[in-house]
Amino acid sequence: MKHLAALLALMAWGTAQADDVQVAVAANFTAPMQKIAAAFEKDTGHKAVLAFGATGKFYAQIANGAPFEVLLAADDDTPAKLEAEHRTVAGTRFTYATGKLVLWSAQEGYVDGQGQVLKTGNYAHLAIANPKTAPYGAAAVETLTRLNLYDRVQGKLVQGENIAQTHQFVSTGNAALGFVALSQVYRDGKFTSGSGWIVPANLHSPIRQDAVILARGAANPAARALADYLKSNKARDIIRSYGYAL
Amino acid sequence: MTLDDGDLSAIRLTLELATVVTVLLLALGTPIAWWLARTRSRLRHAVGAVVALPLVLPPTVIGFYLLLVLGPNGPVGKLTEALGIGLLPFSFGGLVLASVCYSLPFVVQPLQNAFEAIGPRPLEVAATLRAGPWDTFWSVAVPLARPGFLSGAVLGFAHTVGEFGVVLMIGGNIPDKTRVVSVQIYDHVEALEYAQAHWLAGGMLAFSFTVLLALYTWYPQAMKGRR
Repeated sequence: MKHLAALLALMAWGTAQADDVQVAVAANFTAPMQKIAAAFEKDTGHKAVLAFGATGKFYAQIANGAPFEVLLAADDDTPAKLEAEHRTVAGTRFTYATGKLVLWSAQEGYVDGQGQVLKTGNYAHLAIANPKTAPYGAAAVETLTRLNLYDRVQGKLVQGENIAQTHQFVSTGNAALGFVALSQVYRDGKFTSGSGWIVPANLHSPIRQDAVILARGAANPAARALADYLKSNKARDIIRSYGYAL
Repeated sequence: MTLDDGDLSAIRLTLELATVVTVLLLALGTPIAWWLARTRSRLRHAVGAVVALPLVLPPTVIGFYLLLVLGPNGPVGKLTEALGIGLLPFSFGGLVLASVCYSLPFVVQPLQNAFEAIGPRPLEVAATLRAGPWDTFWSVAVPLARPGFLSGAVLGFAHTVGEFGVVLMIGGNIPDKTRVVSVQIYDHVEALEYAQAHWLAGGMLAFSFTVLLALYTWYPQAMKGRR
């Protein structure tokens, strides 16, 4: 009994000291955020509790009272929309990463350095993320349009519900190639497998990924600490190593 | 705001898919259910468990494995390519195959229950009247199991209409080809087009309720009439 009381006291003390912050994270930012959260906890003592998912779903959940305190979105529209609806802490919106688009194939040597394979390749399916809902999908369509290839490949397009599923289509070989996020196939300056063409940034509008502190996190010092931490050099190095621009 | 062309095309595609799948499920599910109801083989537990798997597995698991198995490096994918059919993912045929796997228990289980409920007696009587097994099956078992066929068909159809995760994964969300209603609703919701989503989602809710209400109203009467 005495032990139990001591344990309860310890737990109460523990929760009072280390502030937890509930974070909704765009699926494409999963891997870097896990690394950043670990470093954040080590450096500040605060703990970031991460939920990964589609930004559109997070929007619906936040609008309906989900207990998230910080949002790391896959786009810049959703945080802006939440801000306009007064569901955020005013003035806390910032771009934490800019996504890079890559034409990628699981096959070594299939995609050349200029993306010529789009014109010359004999492929049945070209995978993109749903352009209506996923920023990387919209950027892919923009790129194809800029290259005057959209009409030619339209019949070959297959859409993943998000960039993770799109990657799955390509990595399983069901689609010979596809437009995915560089962060999914790139680590420390090179492709982790397969072959790819990093789409030049002038072929599509920037894929800005914005973060914002949500109204629920207004009084939580850990929420602000995390937002600051995302702007630190340490976090930015991690973000860059996953193939994002800043 | 009403339904646009994309919505109507999704509805048409969904009804086509559900019809084809229901016919195939009845053709495939009947022998499986008959065997499960009558056999004493030790394999029946394993087969029953395999059939029931989609009831407990999340769609992402089924979809992911189907994608692997049907893909260019998977056994079925290699087979379909060798047969000149090509790869099934991202095609109507792929949707049909995935939906048949996914909705199988919804047809097999009611049928199996119906066959089991007949008991050995009517079949023995038929045999003493010199009916062969084939004749017995069609003239005795099928009419007596009618409620099972109807509820199996209704549930198989409704479940195919309502399925989402697997068709999204295998279908690739291609307009007019693999974008069914549930995927179209998802697109609307993700794009925050809530008004359009409501039309389709409300329609789906009404459809599902009507179908289940009809089934629950009719089923007990049919079972009573049978006795």
